Amino acid sequence: MSEPVSQKLLDIRNLSILLPDGADRRFAVEDISIDLNPGETLCIVGESGSGKSLTARAVMGLLPGPKVRVGAGEINFLGEDTTKVTPERLRDIRGNEISMIFQEPMTALNPVMRIGDQIDEIFRFHVSMPAKERSARSLQLLTDVNLPDPAHIMRAYPHELSGGQRQRAMIAMALALDPKILIADEPTTALDVTTQAQILKLIKELQQQHQTGVLFITHDFGVVADIADRVAVMQYGKLVEMGTVDEVLNAPQHPYTQALIAAIPKLKPRAAREQSKESVLSAHGLRKTFGSKSRFGFGKQARVVHAVNDVSIEVHRGETLGIVGESGSGKSTMARCLIRLIDVDDGEIYVGDQEISKLDRKHMRPHRRRMQMVFQDPFASLNPRIRVGQIIAQGPLLQGVDKEESYKRAKELISIVGLEESAFDRFPHEFSGGQRQRIGIARALALKPDILIADEPVSALDVSIQAQILDLLDKIRKQMNLSMVFITHDLRVAAQVCDRVAVMQYGKVVEIGPTETLFGNPQHDYTKALLAAIPGKDWQAGQVA
Amino acid sequence: MSFWKRFSRNRQAVLGMIILALVILMAIFASAFYPDDPFRLAGKPLSAPGTNGFLLGSDSLGRDVASGIAHGAKTSILIGLVATMAAVFIGVIFGALSGYYGGKIDDALMRVTEMFQTIPSFVFAILLVAIMKPSIESIVIAITVVSWPGVARLVRGEFLALKNREFVQACHTLGMGDVQIMLREILPNCLSPIIVVGSLMVATAILIESGLAFLGLGDPNIMSWGFQIGAGRTMLRSAWWVCTFPGVAILVTVLAINLVGEGLNDAMNPRLRERQ
Repeated sequence: MSEPVSQKLLDIRNLSILLPDGADRRFAVEDISIDLNPGETLCIVGESGSGKSLTARAVMGLLPGPKVRVGAGEINFLGEDTTKVTPERLRDIRGNEISMIFQEPMTALNPVMRIGDQIDEIFRFHVSMPAKERSARSLQLLTDVNLPDPAHIMRAYPHELSGGQRQRAMIAMALALDPKILIADEPTTALDVTTQAQILKLIKELQQQHQTGVLFITHDFGVVADIADRVAVMQYGKLVEMGTVDEVLNAPQHPYTQALIAAIPKLKPRAAREQSKESVLSAHGLRKTFGSKSRFGFGKQARVVHAVNDVSIEVHRGETLGIVGESGSGKSTMARCLIRLIDVDDGEIYVGDQEISKLDRKHMRPHRRRMQMVFQDPFASLNPRIRVGQIIAQGPLLQGVDKEESYKRAKELISIVGLEESAFDRFPHEFSGGQRQRIGIARALALKPDILIADEPVSALDVSIQAQILDLLDKIRKQMNLSMVFITHDLRVAAQVCDRVAVMQYGKVVEIGPTETLFGNPQHDYTKALLAAIPGKDWQAGQVA
Repeated sequence: MSFWKRFSRNRQAVLGMIILALVILMAIFASAFYPDDPFRLAGKPLSAPGTNGFLLGSDSLGRDVASGIAHGAKTSILIGLVATMAAVFIGVIFGALSGYYGGKIDDALMRVTEMFQTIPSFVFAILLVAIMKPSIESIVIAITVVSWPGVARLVRGEFLALKNREFVQACHTLGMGDVQIMLREILPNCLSPIIVVGSLMVATAILIESGLAFLGLGDPNIMSWGFQIGAGRTMLRSAWWVCTFPGVAILVTVLAINLVGEGLNDAMNPRLRERQ
C-alpha cells in the first residue's frame, strides 16, 4: 500500500456489507479489498449469492438500504471515500464519473421514454448544454456503439429494439459523460452468444478509446477469459483469489477457484458412442405457427411467427440428441410439440411405432408414460403447495400404479437422484435450485420413460451445480438406457452431453450431425457463427491441447 | 416465518381481529343476554339510553335497542358469511373455467360476468329482493348475485398466470386430467388472494344487507341493524340513539373486517412479504 492513491481509479479497502438480521449470514461481503487502474478490466467472478453484485452496488452507493449497508471499510474513488460523501456529491459521481450497465436492459430503460430522450436526460442533469448540442451528442453516442440507423433509434422506444440493441443503448447512456469507471453487472447474461460476443467486443473497444476502468461482474469464466485483465473470485462474500487473468484461469491457487474452473464444461465434443439403430422417437415435417387470428373475420392478421418450420428429427435408443440455437430459434416450442404440450399444425410424431401428433388428450394419456420432460426453471416447475414425495409419486398414481408401489418408487428415485430420504415429506421451497432440479428429474423418471426431453435443464443453475446435474443425467441415461432430447443454448454443455446435435435457426434445423463432426467441421454459416461466438473458446482450447 | 407471526406484526389487523371476535361472541350469546324476542315491546317507547332499564334506549314502539343490536349481529354475520361463501364458490368456478380453458369458453363466461358487472350492484340487489319478496334467503341470493363477478375476474387472472407455469405443464406430461389440475395444482396456489378478497366481501355483504333492511327490504321477521336504523330514521333528531347505536355497530364491524382483510393481505401476499 505504499503506492500513491492517485494512481488508482478505485481502491476498495476492507469493505464489509451488512445483511439484515435473520439473513443466512451476517455479511453479504466481508472484508474485501479490490483496486482498479485506468484502462483496466477487473472481472469479479462468483456464483449466485457470492456478493459480487452488492460489491458493485456499494461503489455506486446503490445498496438496498437501510438494512443492507456498508458496515466497515472504505471505497476510495480517486482519493474520495464514496461511503462518506454527501448524497449530492454521490449523485454527481454517479453517471458523471462512475456509471453502470445492468443485466436486463429492458428493465433498466424506461419503457415509456424514447431512447434519445433518455440519453438527453443525462446531459440535462449533469451538464448545461444547449438542446441542439445535446441531441447531436446523443446521436454521436448511438453511432459510437455501432447501432444501425442511430437517427431512427433516437426516436424509438425500448420495446422496439432487440435485446442486443437495448444493451448497446444502455452502454451509450453509461458512456455519455465519459465516466472514469464503468461498472457492468452481468451485462451479457441475458443475451444470445453471438450478441454477447459483439457487446464484449464493443465494451473492449470503447474502453481502449476512453481509458475507462471497467469493473465487470459475471459468473461465466468464458467471458472472463475474453475480456479481463485481472480477476477477483468471490465465494460467500469473501474474496478467495485475485490475480491476472492468466494466473487465475491457468494456475488457480484456491481450491474453490480450481473447483469452479474444473466444473466448466469442456469445449471438446464427447467421444462418439456405439449407436443403436432402433428409432424411439421421430418427427417428420413438424410445423407450428404462432400469430393472432383476426377477430370476426375483419382486421388484418397480426404478425405470424413460424416457430417450428418443417423440422424432421430422429432419436435412437440410448442416444442423446442436442438441439441448440439462440433465443427465438424455436427449440423450446419444438420440445413442447414433441411431448404434445402444444398441438402441431402439421407433421407426424412417432414414439416407437405409434403416431401421436393427432391423438386427443384422452387417447394421448396412455402414451404419456413413454416420454417425460425436465424443465428449465427449477423454481417454477414444482408446485409449491405439494410435498416432494407426492410430486414424484403423482405420475405413477395417475397411470394406475397403486399407492404403496408409487410411494416406494418415489423413495427409490429420491435416493437415485442423490437427495436424502427425508426429502419425501418436505415442500419444494425448502430446497436449493440444484436440489429442485433433481426433484424434477425424479418426477420425470417415476414413469420409467423411454425418452427424456430436457429443456435447458441446467441454464438456471450455477456452474458447479450444473456439472453435478449433467453428471446425474448422464448416469441415469446409462442406467436406464434412456434416449434424451437435450435442448440448450450453451454449446459447451451440448458438446459434453450430446451424441448428435441439431442446430436450429428461425424455426428450421440448419445443420444436424454427430457432435464431433459438427464442432470440428461445421458446414452451415450459422453454425460457424455460433461456434465462433462461444466466450473464452481460445482459452479452453489452449487448456485442452 | 409462521403465518400468525406475520399477521400479528400488523397491529391494526390484530385490533380488527379482536373486535371481530367480540362481535361474533355477541352474536353467539345474544339469546343468553337477551333471551326475549328483540321485536317484543320491552317498556316505555323512546326511552333515552340508561333510563327505564334500557342500556341503549328504546325505539318508538318500546323495543330494546341493545337487544336488537345483539340479535342483529347474528343476522349480519350469518348473511355476510353465507353470501360470501356462495359468491366465492360461483366466482371460483366461473373464473377457473374461463382462465383455464381460455378461447371461446373464456369469451362466453366473461361476457356473462360483464353483464352482471355493468348493473350497479346495490340497485341490482334491490331489484332482485323486490322481485323475490324480502326474506333472508332472497337477501343472501341477491348479495351473492351482485358480488361473485369480482371473484370470477380475480380467479380468472390467477388461473391465466398459473396455467402456463412449468409445474402445470409437468402435470400435463404426466397425463393428469383437467379437473385434477385445476383443483389440486392451480387452485391451492391462488387461495391467498381469494381469502383476502373473500374477507373484504363479508364486509360489503353486511353493508348491502343493512342498506336493504334500511330501505324496508329486509326480512320483516328477523332483527337486523339496517332494520333498526330504518325504523329510527324519522326521529333522528328527537331520539338519536335509535339510529346511532346500530350505525356504530355496522361501522365498527365493517371496519374490523376490513382491517383483518388488510392484515391477511399483508401476511399472505408474497410480494409484500419480501418487502418487509
